[in-house]
Amino acid sequence: MLTVNNVGRRFPGGVEALRDASLRLTESDFVALLGPSGCGKSTLLRLIAGLDQPDSGRLAWDDGPPEPGGIGYVFQDATLLPWATAEDNVFLPLRLRGLSRDAAMPRVHAALHGVGLAGFEKSRPRQLSGGMRMRVSIARALVTKPRLLLMDEPFAALDEFTRHKLQADLLEVWHQAGCTVVFVTHSIYEAAFLARRIVLMTPRPGRIDREIASSLTSGPETRLAPAYAALVAEITRGMGEALR
Amino acid sequence: MMKWAPALFGLLALGLWEAAVRIAEVPVYQLPGPIAIIGAFVADPLGLLQALASTLFVTFAALLVASVLGAGMAAGMSASRLAQAAIQPWAVALQVTPLPAIAPLIIIWVGEPLVALIVCATIVAFFPLFANTATGLASAPPELNDLFRLYGANRWRTMALLRVPAALPYFLSGLRISGGLALVGAVVAELVAGSGGFASGLAYRILESSFRLEMPRMFAALVLLALAGILINFGLGALGQAILKRRGAA
Repeated sequence: MLTVNNVGRRFPGGVEALRDASLRLTESDFVALLGPSGCGKSTLLRLIAGLDQPDSGRLAWDDGPPEPGGIGYVFQDATLLPWATAEDNVFLPLRLRGLSRDAAMPRVHAALHGVGLAGFEKSRPRQLSGGMRMRVSIARALVTKPRLLLMDEPFAALDEFTRHKLQADLLEVWHQAGCTVVFVTHSIYEAAFLARRIVLMTPRPGRIDREIASSLTSGPETRLAPAYAALVAEITRGMGEALR
Repeated sequence: MMKWAPALFGLLALGLWEAAVRIAEVPVYQLPGPIAIIGAFVADPLGLLQALASTLFVTFAALLVASVLGAGMAAGMSASRLAQAAIQPWAVALQVTPLPAIAPLIIIWVGEPLVALIVCATIVAFFPLFANTATGLASAPPELNDLFRLYGANRWRTMALLRVPAALPYFLSGLRISGGLALVGAVVAELVAGSGGFASGLAYRILESSFRLEMPRMFAALVLLALAGILINFGLGALGQAILKRRGAA
């Protein structure tokens, strides 16, 4: 799908956020970018989204850069339009692509249903909990049926219980949508639970240190399984070496 | 009890005021009591209310012009850095220039008295609307701007669907501030213009009464002005609340 070739990004003021980062994304993959704060994870995500341009290296899309709507993006905060209903927030990407309300509504309702928010179509963000707002944000990212879903620490601000529930739901949504997910996190446990590939990054300048593959099939009992504990241990060891 | 506290306090203060001027036998040309002020209003309600209507007409016309100009220039500034560089210093210069200093010039240049008053009041009312709308247009979180870029929204779609709705509460807040300022501007302009021998607003009535030492009438005009200011403030506040509530973001 996408090859990231030795990309680097230095911000005005001289801060080098990313150096020589290389990564290959394939169809229906689930990749976690794991590292401490300030290691360039979000910068790499923004470069993949086309929201920023690298100073060096290049991004090569197998079938050309995606059309608008071909990439879904979920931010750390839900970043919903506060004046719009959940329905209208999810409608937004389709509206920006020129779809009429009538034509879009079945897809909007399906997306909201897919994230467990059936019945909350007319609710406004301030009437929803933090977890529900994040679900709306995920529905908004998925409503265009993107090939690539980019998620920038989407569950970092949520409580443990909500986070676990949303992680499980995200895997279900991913299985149904079949898109590629790149998930930025600084939680080893989250990366181990969610991803098929865990990419470890070093602190500034951010570099990709190594990649750990996971064969875990995550489910309700995964967090108690020895295989999960072993994976967490392996990632922890790898992260320790990357941070040295 | 809490609900009636301001009214009861006001009545008590008026009673004390009336008692004080009677007991101290303060001459009416120095400080009239509330009863004398009410008497002055009752003696010529039509004249004072017509003057109030004239001042309010100038106030609301100025508020309308300031709203269109302020919001329009803020939108232009938000859309273009060049426009921002060109507009902002002049807007600030306009804001810091005292109206009484430039009102005589405006009255001479414009010629038509009513239009001159509206221009003067517009100058005073303009800045809060302009500054608030400009702040509101830039208030959308960068992530939402990124989202609009990601979905290929052009500048105008982003303006219509993100920046303008985000700016609405700021604009309404500016409108409330500017409502009071437009009244102040109208009064100041009327005072300047009134001394030139024209206009018919409340400020002119105040001037006229002070020249004739008709203090009760002057106070009656002042009370009407204060009430108009309070009503404008509350009215625009309620309008803003209603609009935001209807939109669901109050």
